[in-house]
Amino acid sequence: MKLKAVIGLGILLIIAVISCQDDKSIEFARYYSSGSLIYQTHCQNCHGAHGEGLNGLIPPLTDSIFIKENLHQLPCLVKNGLKGKLKVSHKDFEGQMPAVDLAPIEIAQALTYVTNSFGNKLGTVNVDRVNTDLTGCR
Amino acid sequence: MKKIFSVTLVLALFASCKSNNGDNTLPIYGSRRPVTKTVNGQTTTDTVYATIPPFKFVDQYNDTISDKNLAGKIYVADFFFTSCPSICPVMQRNMLNVYNAFKTDPDIKILSFTIDPKYDSVKVLKKYADKLGVSGNTWWFLQGKKDTTYKLAEKNFLVAVSRDTTAPGGYVHQGYFVLVDKEKRVRGAYDGTQPDQVNQLIADIKTLKAERAPAVGQ
Repeated sequence: MKLKAVIGLGILLIIAVISCQDDKSIEFARYYSSGSLIYQTHCQNCHGAHGEGLNGLIPPLTDSIFIKENLHQLPCLVKNGLKGKLKVSHKDFEGQMPAVDLAPIEIAQALTYVTNSFGNKLGTVNVDRVNTDLTGCR
Repeated sequence: MKKIFSVTLVLALFASCKSNNGDNTLPIYGSRRPVTKTVNGQTTTDTVYATIPPFKFVDQYNDTISDKNLAGKIYVADFFFTSCPSICPVMQRNMLNVYNAFKTDPDIKILSFTIDPKYDSVKVLKKYADKLGVSGNTWWFLQGKKDTTYKLAEKNFLVAVSRDTTAPGGYVHQGYFVLVDKEKRVRGAYDGTQPDQVNQLIADIKTLKAERAPAVGQ
């Protein structure tokens, strides 16, 4: 009898945890799937379908340490583009990334896709955080 | 005259439909005209096909590359510029597949003509080739006079290119990979931004290689 009660309570607890996570995972899924479309339209040409980049010309998006360390610079990078030297995956890159004209919500969606694909796993990049990061653009 | 024109048009239309009847020959593109000759009292009509005219450019090693270097070779041509932010990266990514498939075959060449020779000097092209991971003499990045390049693109390779200050990067151009046979005739055009079309190109190069020379006419 006691065992049954414990199991029942356990199941309830698990359901509670799952449904709590549900809101978050729905938000994540929404950001991620919209982001994959934005990626296809605006990023994939250069960075590739698997974030592989293009040899020494275009940096890959698979360097998860670089992505993690520069997470808060990424919104500015997308919005304003980038010029000059960059070291990614132990390789030196130079050249220019064009600015991409996207709304903050689209940047958030695209970055959620990138930072949770190609070997990255950093969770949702939500629009509030993108707005905060964008105020700090140099 | 009018009759000849319409006959030519019909022929061209027929040729432009890729035949899938298993005989494995590629169509011959471009304008053509019948030439009637009288040899030993017999009148024969032959078809003369459009060919890529002689040209002379400089490659990434500062060597001159002309049509003479391509005599008896099958080659693929495209038009690009190194600072291109739009379709070039995906084109060159796909062209790398063609390069990797044929880089040990001396009879196959790849020609990438820059449409921005002012910026794309030989030095810039060499650096670009290095960064792309291209070496040897299979894939040439060619630089020449702008007018010559544009004329060759539009008149002979049938690829549209133009300066457009409103376009990203300043130029608009089509992303076709044009396949040219050993007799300098255009045998195919493939959308270089589509991986499946580029796979078709790789298959067609093999078909072309197997074709008996001179190719059997229509």
